[in-house]
Amino acid sequence: MSKLGDLGARLHRGEVGYDFVGNRKIWYGVSILITITAIVGLAVRGLSMGIEFQGGAVFTTEKTSVSVSQAETYAEKASGHDAIVQKLGNDTLRIQISGVDTAKSDEIQQQLAKDLKVDADTINADLVGPSWGEQVANKAWQGLAIFLVLVVIYLAIAFELRMAIAAFVALIHDITITIGIYALVGFEVTPGTVIGLLTILGYSLYDTVVVFDSLKEQTKDITKQTRWTYAEIANRSINSTLVRSINTTVVALLPVAGLLFIGGGVLGAGMLNDISLSLFVGLAAGAYSSIFIATPLVADLKEREPQLKALKKRVLAKRAQSEHESEPAADGPYDDEPADATPAVVGPRAQSGARSRGRGGKRR
Amino acid sequence: MAAPKKGRSASAQSKPGRALALILIALVALTGGMFASGHTTPRLGIDLAGGTSITLTAVNEPGQPNAINKTNMDTAVEIMNRRVNGLGVSEAEVQTQGNENIIVNIPKGTDSEEARDQVGTTAKLYFRPVLASQVGTGATENPTASPSTSPSGSGSPSPSKSDGKDAATEPGAGDSASPSSSPSSSATSQGRALTDALKADPTPSGSGSPSAKASGSAAPTATPSADEATQALQAKFAALDCNDPKQRAEAGKGKNTDTVVACGQDNGSWSKFILGPVGVDGTEVDKAQALLDTQNGTGWQVVMDFDSKGADKFADITGQLATQTSPQNEFAIVLDDEVVSHPYVQAAVTGGKAEISGSFTQEEAQNLANMLSYGALPLTFKESSVTTVSPALGGEQLQAGLIAGAIGLALVMIYLVVYYRGLSLIAIASLLISAALTYVLMALLGPAIGFALNLPAVCGAIVAIGITADSFIVYFERVRDEIREGRTLRPAVERAWPRARRTILVSDFVSFLSAAVLFIVTVGKVQGFAFTLGLTTLLDVVVVFLFTKPLLTLLARTKFFGNGHSWSGLDPKRLGARPPLRRTRRSVPADPKEA
Repeated sequence: MSKLGDLGARLHRGEVGYDFVGNRKIWYGVSILITITAIVGLAVRGLSMGIEFQGGAVFTTEKTSVSVSQAETYAEKASGHDAIVQKLGNDTLRIQISGVDTAKSDEIQQQLAKDLKVDADTINADLVGPSWGEQVANKAWQGLAIFLVLVVIYLAIAFELRMAIAAFVALIHDITITIGIYALVGFEVTPGTVIGLLTILGYSLYDTVVVFDSLKEQTKDITKQTRWTYAEIANRSINSTLVRSINTTVVALLPVAGLLFIGGGVLGAGMLNDISLSLFVGLAAGAYSSIFIATPLVADLKEREPQLKALKKRVLAKRAQSEHESEPAADGPYDDEPADATPAVVGPRAQSGARSRGRGGKRR
Repeated sequence: MAAPKKGRSASAQSKPGRALALILIALVALTGGMFASGHTTPRLGIDLAGGTSITLTAVNEPGQPNAINKTNMDTAVEIMNRRVNGLGVSEAEVQTQGNENIIVNIPKGTDSEEARDQVGTTAKLYFRPVLASQVGTGATENPTASPSTSPSGSGSPSPSKSDGKDAATEPGAGDSASPSSSPSSSATSQGRALTDALKADPTPSGSGSPSAKASGSAAPTATPSADEATQALQAKFAALDCNDPKQRAEAGKGKNTDTVVACGQDNGSWSKFILGPVGVDGTEVDKAQALLDTQNGTGWQVVMDFDSKGADKFADITGQLATQTSPQNEFAIVLDDEVVSHPYVQAAVTGGKAEISGSFTQEEAQNLANMLSYGALPLTFKESSVTTVSPALGGEQLQAGLIAGAIGLALVMIYLVVYYRGLSLIAIASLLISAALTYVLMALLGPAIGFALNLPAVCGAIVAIGITADSFIVYFERVRDEIREGRTLRPAVERAWPRARRTILVSDFVSFLSAAVLFIVTVGKVQGFAFTLGLTTLLDVVVVFLFTKPLLTLLARTKFFGNGHSWSGLDPKRLGARPPLRRTRRSVPADPKEA
């Protein structure tokens, strides 16, 4: 761990670091590419909507020795429709029949029970009318839209409008990527998927908020110094919170991985699996976008502000003048870093005399 | 809340013991409440406990664009509730969800098929003449005054006094104890109320004297002829025990043209009836409303308007009934084969407008009015989804969810231990406190607001483990940053807090916002998930503020942590802290440092 701790420290001090903002064009490119792929996948392959969205019946049996093909024959005979039968991890069968209404599916259930020689009560049935899935999905989209509006307003108040816009773009990006992956891989979209997708909303913003918070702090008195440009400080914010972002993402993914493992491995297909799958994809996308997209985007947007434009000019001019004094960004101790502590001290320099009292950092 | 006060909030920082005591007391109190209430486990939803869940969606009928509104939905819920619980189904739940859905949850062990048939169908309301009745015993002591029916020509409720019951028309024999509150239906064509005949009432007598209208229509014969069918019916009637739910469900069935036996409730006890063929169909009631009669102090009454066909039929039937003696002067209002009211008639109601008055409470009057208005369900419903889960599968899913949760929790703990060493103790303790609070609240919310734990809610709780742990990470990383700056632990803990606090609040607010929006907007399974997520997010804030931070403050005073033992996770050396060289230090808030 000491290595990691040390890396954390060096990241914190800005001794090491990756130039996220400087290389943003590359990452924008990557993201645009992924997004386009996702959209193309969506347009060409479309989403494979689960039975819940088309209307139909899903029956789950108890443990049974009946073979898949046998069950398929039974189901098709009983319903007169095509049936998809899967064997789940625990020797139960999952029989999906689309295009039957709820009344008809009762008969099918009874017939299946006879064919499979089990008690009708032991067959679990999930019967869905064709418009129910649509209603669920519509409400979900509605919720999504309302949430986006509110969150942009809130972030604009908590941080500022440009950050809110960047967060919004990152969020849309996450959702697009997640949906795109579903289209490309052909995962089935169920209400569980929708739930997972909606959860990403709050969650994908978590890391973004952590970085933005640090950024807000570090750029408090940015115009009062002429050492760094906004983009450079933004980059340092990403680097100094990198450990945090990685940790929060890993910790968020662990329980989801547990769900995915149990849901997929033990129960076979089902709600747990659907939720955790979309969460997993979405969380990964969210972690990526908070680092590579959201913050560089803020830097881009901010550098268009006249005062920051002017600052950039000043900084560059100063560096050109006094070459021996300047150091490349993101490397070197930050002398003139903007005061970023809680009650801001006006002025670029904080008094260096007041170094921590006590014997902080004393090596034993 | 986005930008909390800068600086120190005295209570949390200087008195860590107090905050810890507070949260522990809260936990103990809640746990005590949980045991006291007897609900020590969260209520389980259908998908975990087994049973059937039916989602019905109201269908917009052409020509009635505004039919789907709260009033109608509530009425539908009430009618369905009557039906499902009339089946003897225990603990069936009927509730609205969103603007247009009704969810019916039927626990395992009940006849879900039957219940399904019942809930979605349209209710049937008929007026049938009463041929014989035996009023249940065990009723309340106070005979309630009988509702009376009188036509009102105007919209204004007409005064009618019915509390003085005509002793002569009282069913004297056979049911002395019976408070048979039979509404008298008196009629006047002028919309005057007709008072009870025996009462010297100062009502201006219009035409309201009860007179048998010899309407030539086929009135139901109210005299059972002694043929076989009748004898069979009599036998059936004698055998019928309305206190038995099974028999109740069987009673009242029969064609509209048949004479049937039926059950009905009078003040909480069951009565049984023999009813003649249907006289008026409930669909012929135009509307009915509950009104408060302020003029004569008769209290709440129900005013019915019939359509023209219904008005004619009703005039006939009441004309017939008015000539009879009790109980054959009563007509029964039969909803779903059950007698909901049986007012007696004193005169034909000819105006197509009748009122039933008596000592109704407001609720009773409104219920009756609803039933009369919507003999049928006020809306048409279609089955959107039906989920049947066997208890075995439900148990399996619950188990899988719990195992997944345990695995998730264990993985997170392992990661925290590896990365944070000693600090992870604090994080793990906080996680456990969160878990305990979540569990207790879920158990308490079952009886309190009808919260039921379903599979998505379990998922929400598992996902929340990560969200909760994230808050600790944000804080710990801040503390470590402060140590890297060269601070000793105690000031580092205090200085890191305000900033970490802001980050945590903003992030959690965003999470909570998404949960709240989803909870309000969405339907079905998404809602259960959103609820858990919102609950755990709130708890996260509480735990971090009242537990994690004070605990860290306390532990910072110990030798192990305070001196940065290499296993404490706060070892300056390991964190790569350096003695400051020429770096400026961040400006410090002027807080008095503890020595």
